[in-house]
Amino acid sequence: MNVEPMIEVCDLTKRYAGHTAVSKISFTVGRGEIVGLLGSNGAGKSTTMRILSCFLPATSGSARVAGFDVFTQADEVRRRIGYMPENNPLYPEMRVREYLKFRARLKGLGGKKSRERVDVVTEQCGLNNVTRKIIGTLSKGYRQRVGLADALVHEPELVILDEPTIGLDPNQIRSVRQLIRSLGGAHTVLISTHILPEVEMTCGRVLILHEGKILASDTLEKLMSGDGQIIVEMAAPQPVLQACFEQTGEIEYFDLVPVSGGYVRCSLTPSNGQDLRPQVFLLAKQQGWLIRELTHTHYSLEDIYLRLTKPDEEAEEEEDET
Amino acid sequence: MQAYLTLTRRELAGFFVSIAGYVTIAAVVLLMGQSFATMLVQLQGQSSHDPVTQLYYSTLYFWLVMLLACPVITMRLFALEKFSGTFETLMTAPISDLQVVLAKFTAAMVFYMLMWLPSLACILVLRRYTNHVEVFDGGLLGSTFLGIFLLGGLFMSIGCFSSALTRNQITAATISFALSYSLLLLSFLAHHHQINTDWLADVLSQVALMDHMQDFARGVVDTRHIVFYVTLTFFFLFLTLRVVESRRWK
Repeated sequence: MNVEPMIEVCDLTKRYAGHTAVSKISFTVGRGEIVGLLGSNGAGKSTTMRILSCFLPATSGSARVAGFDVFTQADEVRRRIGYMPENNPLYPEMRVREYLKFRARLKGLGGKKSRERVDVVTEQCGLNNVTRKIIGTLSKGYRQRVGLADALVHEPELVILDEPTIGLDPNQIRSVRQLIRSLGGAHTVLISTHILPEVEMTCGRVLILHEGKILASDTLEKLMSGDGQIIVEMAAPQPVLQACFEQTGEIEYFDLVPVSGGYVRCSLTPSNGQDLRPQVFLLAKQQGWLIRELTHTHYSLEDIYLRLTKPDEEAEEEEDET
Repeated sequence: MQAYLTLTRRELAGFFVSIAGYVTIAAVVLLMGQSFATMLVQLQGQSSHDPVTQLYYSTLYFWLVMLLACPVITMRLFALEKFSGTFETLMTAPISDLQVVLAKFTAAMVFYMLMWLPSLACILVLRRYTNHVEVFDGGLLGSTFLGIFLLGGLFMSIGCFSSALTRNQITAATISFALSYSLLLLSFLAHHHQINTDWLADVLSQVALMDHMQDFARGVVDTRHIVFYVTLTFFFLFLTLRVVESRRWK
């Protein structure tokens, strides 16, 4: 088995007339990984994918797919990737099977092999009922699956999907996600999206792109673990609570909100990432206070994303406040 | 090679699965019929020493067909793919830019030649109702169709080039119409200059499309004409290729 990473991007920069879409990004993706490229609109996701799929050249830096350079060995790279562009463009006048057959032949599969592969991906993408239909008459969900089937038809090592679930209804989104998850292992998958739950559900690793730069690159567990918050609802007088928490060194920051029934809802941020729950329980036991909720919240991907991509001015303002 | 053939077949199918292909053929057949009728009216009661093919192709309608049908056939080749985004899926498949350009040009040429087939019916009708069989000999028809083929090749390559320039089909058609019409206008300029004998008149007479076509229709196959059309066709295909490749250096 080849141990070389599937994607190797080094100092990649892409400038369009006037603005920089991607600025000196570097990352690697190992074989069999499902990696999500996360970012707001215009963060440089599509540009990165277009460069990887050899559609656009980079201004500077290098990108290699399966060890082949995307610019000088574009043919080798293109044989190894299945790319579904944004908005999934298809020929509306063709029939589903005819289209997939055409794409398979275009990608160099022989006659018999292409028929076999078309059968396989038709099955895999749930297109069995619509093989004879004209693509233009299909619903968005089916068209999306045709695009996926096209990306998979030549058994690519790397599948690049640019916003694969955009414009689908919840059921269709679920089935597309299941399909993507099922690709992991045998294929390497790079998907881009700005829908956060999608990444949480499908990807093993996340790259967060913002204004052309990579802000984070890690597995989901690592990104989301660590300094969460403790939420506790206790029936206690607020001034006493405040005094107690102020004395505790492990609490970096806390917030108290009185709620119904004489309870106070406290959000505690630990200073060194330790779990404060036992301590809170002991405190309540000592004082004889009632507890009706005690939980440890993880940061959601949304929090992480918002924190990372917050504009600088806002971050500074917040620092001033605290 | 497989990719080239696959793509050519799809492009050709593209003409026939859409109504646009049939509408184009119908419009061309209408103009051809008009051309045929005009010729018959001109010939009525008179005899002519010119071959029928020459009379046929010197009518206004022939040039109308060439100038209008070629941009319409070629305008969708690249512009539509760029507009709908399929250009991206096409160019990320393992296929070279040259293959794409050639496949699209080939498909357009095949469609163009099929479009001219109905004109043979006009010839057959004439043959059936006149007794001057010698006027319709095979060589004459052959050279005429060679002329149509070469002229078509040139106009198709101009059309490919225009279509590659833009993502709007109307713009593509307009550019290719403007280019081919300007080229045709040079023939008028050549006629205008005929009294002079300077180098300009020489050059103009060499690029006069109307004179070339007249030669072909008379049964004269001049290698200079063939070289002229083939080089210019290649030139425009080369330009098309450069435009398609240009996304790599932009």
